[in-house]
Amino acid sequence: MTAYPFLSLSIWLPILAGVLVLVLGGEKNLCRTRWLSLLGALVSFAVTLPLYLGFSNATATMQFVEMAPWIPSFNINYHLGIDGISLWFVLLNSFMTILVVIAGWVVIERRLSQYMAAFLIMSGLINGVFAALDAILFYVYFEAMLIPMYLIIGVWGGPRRVYAAIKFFLYTLLGSLLMLAAFIYLYFEAGGSFDILRFQMLPLPLTVQILIFIAFFLSFAVKVPMWPVHTWLPDAHVEAPTGGSVILAAITLKIGAYGFLRFNLPITPDASHALSGIMIALSLIAVVYIGLVALVQNDMKKLVAYSSISHMGFVTLGIFMFNAMGLEGGLMQMISHGFVSGAMFLCIGVLYDRMHTRQIADYGGVVNTMPIFASFFMLFAMANAGLPGTSGFIGEFIVTLAAVQVNFWYALLAATTLILGAAYTLWMIKRVVFGAVANHHVAELKDINGRETLFLAILAVLVLAMGLYPKPFTDTMHASVMQLIGQVSTSKY
Amino acid sequence: MTFATPNLVPAYPEIFLLVALGAILLFDLFVAETSRFLTYAYTQLALLATAGFLVLGATGSVLTTFNGMFIDDPMARTLKLVGVVAVALTLAYSRAYNQQRGLYRGEFYALILFALLGIMVMISANHFLTLYLGLELLSLSLCALIALQRDSARATEAAMKYFVLAALASGLLLYGMSMLYGATGSLNLGLVANAISSGAADPAILVFGLVFVVAGLAFKLGVVPFHMWVPDVYEGSPTAVTLFVSTAPKVAAFAFFMRMLGGALSPMVADWQSMLVIVAMLSMLVGNVTAIAQTNIKRMLAYSTISHMGFLLLGILSGSVGGFAAAMFYVVAYVLMSLGGFGLILLLSRDGFEADQLEDLKGLNKRSPWYAFMMLLIMISMAGVPVSVGFFAKLAVLSAVLDAGMTWLVVYAVLMSLIGAFYYLRVIKIMYMDEPLQTEPLVAETDHRILMVLNAMAILLLGVLPQPLFDLCTISITHSFHG
Repeated sequence: MTAYPFLSLSIWLPILAGVLVLVLGGEKNLCRTRWLSLLGALVSFAVTLPLYLGFSNATATMQFVEMAPWIPSFNINYHLGIDGISLWFVLLNSFMTILVVIAGWVVIERRLSQYMAAFLIMSGLINGVFAALDAILFYVYFEAMLIPMYLIIGVWGGPRRVYAAIKFFLYTLLGSLLMLAAFIYLYFEAGGSFDILRFQMLPLPLTVQILIFIAFFLSFAVKVPMWPVHTWLPDAHVEAPTGGSVILAAITLKIGAYGFLRFNLPITPDASHALSGIMIALSLIAVVYIGLVALVQNDMKKLVAYSSISHMGFVTLGIFMFNAMGLEGGLMQMISHGFVSGAMFLCIGVLYDRMHTRQIADYGGVVNTMPIFASFFMLFAMANAGLPGTSGFIGEFIVTLAAVQVNFWYALLAATTLILGAAYTLWMIKRVVFGAVANHHVAELKDINGRETLFLAILAVLVLAMGLYPKPFTDTMHASVMQLIGQVSTSKY
Repeated sequence: MTFATPNLVPAYPEIFLLVALGAILLFDLFVAETSRFLTYAYTQLALLATAGFLVLGATGSVLTTFNGMFIDDPMARTLKLVGVVAVALTLAYSRAYNQQRGLYRGEFYALILFALLGIMVMISANHFLTLYLGLELLSLSLCALIALQRDSARATEAAMKYFVLAALASGLLLYGMSMLYGATGSLNLGLVANAISSGAADPAILVFGLVFVVAGLAFKLGVVPFHMWVPDVYEGSPTAVTLFVSTAPKVAAFAFFMRMLGGALSPMVADWQSMLVIVAMLSMLVGNVTAIAQTNIKRMLAYSTISHMGFLLLGILSGSVGGFAAAMFYVVAYVLMSLGGFGLILLLSRDGFEADQLEDLKGLNKRSPWYAFMMLLIMISMAGVPVSVGFFAKLAVLSAVLDAGMTWLVVYAVLMSLIGAFYYLRVIKIMYMDEPLQTEPLVAETDHRILMVLNAMAILLLGVLPQPLFDLCTISITHSFHG
């Protein structure tokens, strides 16, 4: 292991790049803004690669740990570190930021430098969320991230963007404020420390655990989002610009699930067990009911948004069954969903940039005019439906297997997603891509250009690679997942 | 009978300020209307020198003088410095605004300095009479300041309201003080505390006096249910005066609370704690909920102030040294935010145009992206969202309350700040997501611009590295109250 603070770099480089874009970019020099942003995103991704290369699969302890006193008055430390659970999210996030920069290249016409800066800064803050090992540091990143996202939805979004942005912000703030109260409580319980790892070892009576669990749950369930606090997501997705949707679906939703893994399970294991029935019920409702809701959407983005909620239901199902398979399946599902949902939103963005509509009814026969695009779209749709050989299959399959071990009926209900997912995705594809050319707008469509081919091709390769050879992913997770299982199975009172 | 000259050293800053103030009053008589800048520059110099006296004369220990009526301790030094800086910034931010509205007069500067003197006396008071003296000096100067724009009906109305209610509050306070005097036989804060803890004083009279004192203090701080004057005064005053009212006097009110409750009445903590809980809860509720309904930005910030003062009380009512330090952190953070917020509103106001409606902020990001960004910082700081000093202020206060064992109050406060977040978010929405009514960028004098940037930077930097300010507050409080 080297002495370079790669985690700090992965947090602060994108933020610095964002500030530079803001200062140097300006509105007149669009070219410079674009290249500067791309450079920033590429360098930021490059510094996360050593995290993977230097990562040891053998241990569950935190790696690349950085520790410095930050606010000694409250014993708050700048404490960073990653394990097998957080590693992939840092990589995924830094990687998706590059795609977002490329996707916004010429599409964004208003205040480009602010747009790029917002994404870069947010990327750094999200890395901070995944790497923070101090509760207050986590909270700072967790909350600060809301502000760029609020602006991204509210400034560059669609017609009802303001409503969506405020709804997004207030929903997430409600949860996180209660989480803050829980943190302060744990601070005193832990004898004056905000160290998350110490929280995890803290003995707590059951009633306290349940209250803390609820505070965390409200915060993370809103982020995931779980039924019934999911209603902000379709609004935010529909109104957000393409890049915003990509980051929202691919990364920020994962923060919720990550929170469950990092906070709920290890800090309140007994409460997790006590409430797991409810959590599984909520997850299954999300899988089945939201899947049905997705079926009847007329707006492509809304459809993918609901499909995201349904897929995240799978993730929470995997988490709250407390077995290694379920957890690993959930994690795989999250990473895969990052690629697939990001790709789906990028595809819809490609169509929207040309037609300025996302209504399924306005399309039809796109394959005739955009054959290359249609094949990509088809591939991602298949991955979204969980076709074997794509990344979407792995997670769903493992979680379903895990569910069979716990309860046959869970597995049966969860497996309906294989039917529902295929139904809503493929039906949308049928109506949008296939058939005769629907109208003269579709007839005039031009196929994707080099820039668009680039980002779709990269994602296509990743979706297939992960689907065919998932071992590198599971290998890195295994030790941390086993430790987590150990923590959640040990009673704390 | 011997007459001993009191030790004047601890009071040098106040004495200097008074002398400089007299000189400014005289000097201004001979300054032509066109070269009023000289008065301004002279006032700023006087403030700078006062700040110099405060910093250089700081001993780090507790000294009393004038027969124990005047106390000089680290808390007093720090708070006075905050007050002086706040006044200096107020004057710098409001110079252009005053020029355009005929407020660029010697009286403005003299009155503000008188008010500052009152603030400093209050901060250093160790005796009921000194407290009252400082308080009245502040109140009367403020009253004249509010009414300075004498053609404005709204300003006159605001001044009337302020005067009547301030007189009422002073009456309550004096009545409470006389009760305490009756029960303890002393006007000196330290002796009152000793008399109460010795148990010799009649508890019934003490509690009776305490209720009046707390009511009077709550009036001065502007917390529910004694908050009625705040929105009217904020709205009716010229913005330059609103800026002043919302900053330095809050520091004085905090010091007043500390001297009275943390000092003289500290043995009765259980009694005043329960009163403050109610007042703080009501303030957070009324302030935040009512602010949502406002369309006038000055009124909105007035209600926001009420809720912030409720939060400040949370720190005080926890009754511990940590809580006092947290409250002090909060008041400093609040002053920074308020200065920035009103400083920006002053920038928006043009010749003959008062920017006091929320819609005047529309599309600010298109007009002046950097000013919009500064306002964004101020708003997230007021909402208590990281990365800003406001977050750590809330964190410090909340942890003090939790330490005092009132978990439910923390949850309540947290929910109230969620309500508060809505109207701060709305300001951001108006700046970033609405189309501007006017298109020209904001014009600012160079000094105003630089100070605004520094102000915003302070909010951001203290939001990233709050430790120095935490240290300062903790040291000030521990040395002053348990040293």
